[in-house]
Amino acid sequence: MSLDFDSARLHNPFLTEDHEAWRSQLRKFLDSEVAPYFDDWDEAGKIPDEMWKKAADVGLLQLGYPEQYGGISEGIDLYHAQIVNEELGRIGSAGGIASTLLVHGIGLPPVVNFSQEHIKEEVVPKVLSGEKRISLGITEPSGGSDVANIKTTARREGDYYIVNGSKTFISGGMGADWISTAVRTGEEGPMGVSMLLIPTHLEGVSRTPLDKKQGWWCSDTATIYYDNVKVPADHLIGEEGHGFLVIMNNFNSERMAMIVNMEACARCCLDEAVNWAKDRKTFGKPLSKHQVIRHKISEMKQRINATQAYIQVVTRELSGGRGDFGDIALLKVQASETMEFCAKEASQILGGASYLRGCKTERIYREVRVNAIGGGSEEIMRDLASRQYQL
Amino acid sequence: MKILVAVKRVVDYNVKVRPKSDGTDVDIANAKMSINPFCEIAVEEAVRLKEKGVATEVVAVSLGTKQSQEQIRTAMALGADRGILVETDTELQPLGVAKCLNAIIAKESPDLVIMGKQSIDGDNNQTGQMLGALSNMPQGTFASEVAVEDGTVNVTREIDGGLQTVKLNLPAIVTTDLRLNEPRYASLPNIMKAKKKPLDTTTPDELGVDVAPRVQTLKVEPPAERSAGIKVADVAELVEKLKNEAKVI
Repeated sequence: MSLDFDSARLHNPFLTEDHEAWRSQLRKFLDSEVAPYFDDWDEAGKIPDEMWKKAADVGLLQLGYPEQYGGISEGIDLYHAQIVNEELGRIGSAGGIASTLLVHGIGLPPVVNFSQEHIKEEVVPKVLSGEKRISLGITEPSGGSDVANIKTTARREGDYYIVNGSKTFISGGMGADWISTAVRTGEEGPMGVSMLLIPTHLEGVSRTPLDKKQGWWCSDTATIYYDNVKVPADHLIGEEGHGFLVIMNNFNSERMAMIVNMEACARCCLDEAVNWAKDRKTFGKPLSKHQVIRHKISEMKQRINATQAYIQVVTRELSGGRGDFGDIALLKVQASETMEFCAKEASQILGGASYLRGCKTERIYREVRVNAIGGGSEEIMRDLASRQYQL
Repeated sequence: MKILVAVKRVVDYNVKVRPKSDGTDVDIANAKMSINPFCEIAVEEAVRLKEKGVATEVVAVSLGTKQSQEQIRTAMALGADRGILVETDTELQPLGVAKCLNAIIAKESPDLVIMGKQSIDGDNNQTGQMLGALSNMPQGTFASEVAVEDGTVNVTREIDGGLQTVKLNLPAIVTTDLRLNEPRYASLPNIMKAKKKPLDTTTPDELGVDVAPRVQTLKVEPPAERSAGIKVADVAELVEKLKNEAKVI
């Protein structure tokens, strides 16, 4: 067997021909509409607006959302969504495209799951058709991991909440029409946190780009400021004081998406490195015939195998409604460490070629940290897991 | 008007195949399989004819193992109405395929058969022509344009040195070249809908066709490696080398 992207995927008995059909068509879409322009988007610091409509045409935006709001949910399972994150990894995107074009994946579920019906009807179809965009606002300048201690306040005044504070590292923040925002409506600690859907056109909302980043260059990351913003009270997502629950509910699916993407990125590095090692000749023979290189390749595959097997087990559990938070948290660490290792080793094999932009390993290497920190840092993930064990 | 489209399951065009070490075949274990690109162009053309109101039904047919169902489903996600699988584990060669397709034609009586000019695995470029002979239908091969009107089809063919247009009486066989169209990608909703479209299965035996291979593969080996090129200093040196080393002028 060879070690190209597809061959290096362990057999998964739960993948059916429907899944493979989705993979094939999606791959065709990504190869023709995304991959050829990806480097340019990265350099330009944005994805062209027309891509949202194109993503809706192929069904990418709607995947997994209720049919009544324009989504596609009939016959859809976790594997369809995983294929999206896997195929994005195949073209060398370690989150840059997902955190922009598909950032509604974290911004919209709170609305779909917890908002009032008339708000859902107003917001969800427009986002799923690519007409409008939504992001998620949790992290603040004072900290990201400590969600229970956020400082942005929303004070109830009649039929409105008056919001003051700021959010930062908000993926898709510059282009968002709405931001599902974590605010403090009550006492200190987790019980005082609520989620509020804030339209960005409201008076008092301003934003500045965070565009000098190590990775995810095509993503319009922003810092958002709220200065006495008057938000209609019916924009509350869920109940007052239930924000922490809504946020935690969101994190697992965000983490699974990142995990699947990280494994695919590791495999993308493997694919690129193996191709190079077979072609590149040094000291009279291909790189792939040198033991030091062969062992690097084997060790990459070993870690990729372990991550894939772990993903399969957790996905099987989640499909049966038995997801374990601790297992998911540790899987995220497993995936980011695997991606980091493979990006490093592939880079060593590719040598100078991986130091130049235009090489997938180059981008993935730059995007290791955002994956190891964002969505729950490796340290927070280990801590979250250890708290499950009643040590 | 009914259109029959033939689709073949082949190794995806992105996969770099390598010969097996024992030289018996190429190694396609775990390789991604797809619909043959020329067949996909055929499906696209048939679907466009249906969208224009020229065709009323598009039937996708494939031959091969049970897994070829996947390529039929893809054709249906792209717009074909129903599918037929001629299931066999035997290694298929152009003559056997043409005979099976001829038997399907006898059952389905399509007005137009559209198929790829060749598949990217065997590169035989024979099936369409053989089917023309077996079915006694006119054929327009290497099509870059297809226009149906009043019981005929005008097929613009890509030939050496230019284009040739032939007018064929229907029913006819058309094989597609690369520039005929650019196939669409199926959206997720269409993929889900394709699951509900009918797919019938038959076998070469049921069709009364013997598909036993007539051609035996003796050896599969990689092409010889090209040696590195050189830079010449000027035109005079180039001419000298073409004359005396390459001996082409």
